[in-house]
Amino acid sequence: MSEQEKRYFGKTALVVDDDFDYQELISFYLKSYGFEVVVGGSQAEGEKLIQETDFDLAVFDLMMENSDSGFVLSYKLKKTNPKIPVIIVTNVTNETGYHFDVSTDEMRSWIKADVILDKDIRNEQLYNEINKLLG
Amino acid sequence: MLILKLLVVDDEPGMRRGAFRALRKYKFELRDFNDTVEFEISQATTGNEALDLLSKTQFDIILLDYKLDDISGLEILDRLKKMKYDAHTVMMTAFASLEVAISATKSGAFDFLAKPFTPEELRKVVKKASTNIVLHRKAKKLEEDKKKVRFQFLSVLSHELKAPLNAIDGYLRVIDDRVAGNDIKSYDNMIKRSMERINGMRKLIFDLLDLTRIESGQKIRKIKQINLIEAVERSIETNKLKADERNISINLDAQEKILMNGELSELEIMFNNLISNAVKYNKENGYVNIKIEQEEDSIYITVEDGGIGMKPEEQKRLFGEFVRFKNEKTANIEGSGLGLSILKKLISLYKGTIKVKSEFGTGTTFFVTLKSLPAASPPAESA
Repeated sequence: MSEQEKRYFGKTALVVDDDFDYQELISFYLKSYGFEVVVGGSQAEGEKLIQETDFDLAVFDLMMENSDSGFVLSYKLKKTNPKIPVIIVTNVTNETGYHFDVSTDEMRSWIKADVILDKDIRNEQLYNEINKLLG
Repeated sequence: MLILKLLVVDDEPGMRRGAFRALRKYKFELRDFNDTVEFEISQATTGNEALDLLSKTQFDIILLDYKLDDISGLEILDRLKKMKYDAHTVMMTAFASLEVAISATKSGAFDFLAKPFTPEELRKVVKKASTNIVLHRKAKKLEEDKKKVRFQFLSVLSHELKAPLNAIDGYLRVIDDRVAGNDIKSYDNMIKRSMERINGMRKLIFDLLDLTRIESGQKIRKIKQINLIEAVERSIETNKLKADERNISINLDAQEKILMNGELSELEIMFNNLISNAVKYNKENGYVNIKIEQEEDSIYITVEDGGIGMKPEEQKRLFGEFVRFKNEKTANIEGSGLGLSILKKLISLYKGTIKVKSEFGTGTTFFVTLKSLPAASPPAESA
């Protein structure tokens, strides 16, 4: 995996997740790609960070204080900065049986994220998605 | 107020009028449920009319004449049984005989009333049927509520078990993919977190066992005279390591001996929950002050910490199962969310109470009272 190392050196990613372990995991992946990582632990913190920080990529959890926290954050971010790519990483399908993706216009009309990934994510998969969004 | 629908079926106008008068303004109180029962009365003169009314309306009580002109009372009972009609039927007849009573009861009648009867006798039978109906309904409701609570408990439990599994799974994938290269040191933090999550799961399973054991009440309790100080000292010892790590002092203010009737292991679990919480939600260089006093057969325990405290809205939700507060101060604290449920159930075994006073950022104090149990107590009722 050496070729992926530090490809995104000099870029910043925002990670918002209320699960400490997922903050760690996603940050760890992103750092290995060269990102500097800013972390928030709730929708409220995320909203603040969206306004106050500059970043090139956002990764949001879906269910935090509210069951649609990730959607709300995506919407708010895209409203002011439509060019910043957003990835939602969620366990929602596992937990509730609901499935979300952004493959249809209908879904894209109300979900403002660029990609939705399951939380049992693998390194290559995340790296490929980020390359598609930023590469 | 509960209004029960009552149908009087009799071909004698005098009988119907009499029943109507006796019950029209009759009401009685169900003291155990804090409820009053009243009646809404309908009348039918023939069996066919009765069946017609019954098919349109759900009645709760039917006063049924045994000997009707068109269809016999027993025949109506049979039909109601086939329809699975949910009502209490009282059979009325002038030909009071044991056979009639037996066949009516066999066909599903709730009670039996011999003609002629006084208004008082009628009210007594109706009251008995009504009370039985209310009891049945309450029991059914209770059973449904229990199922609901059980389902909620299980879905939260499965979430609480899945969360650490997912985290450990995620960490192992990172290590498996050598995301940070081949140096094992790069993964130290992940390995440490995985072990912490495994410990959390283990604690959850043990707490769950404690809770089930206390709830089922199946464990035979060995109630004898014990020294409560022994339980608290053991528990302080158990929690000392965690407290020392963050330089938290645990202080005990009590006499050398506080004798009471109870079970040492139960009281130790109680102190473990109180003290481990006080240590967990504390600050660096903080303190835990435990004070125990005895007055006759009552014991007063205060566990005070100078920790992170709770917000008022958190205090209200505190004693629920799996309640854990997520805020910036608790983010890295592990817990099963069952500790205080266990505590509350244990305290109720000792006819005690628990109260909490807390200020966010300043600290929390738990006030627990216990009663010494009667010696050689029979197996305890489940809480």
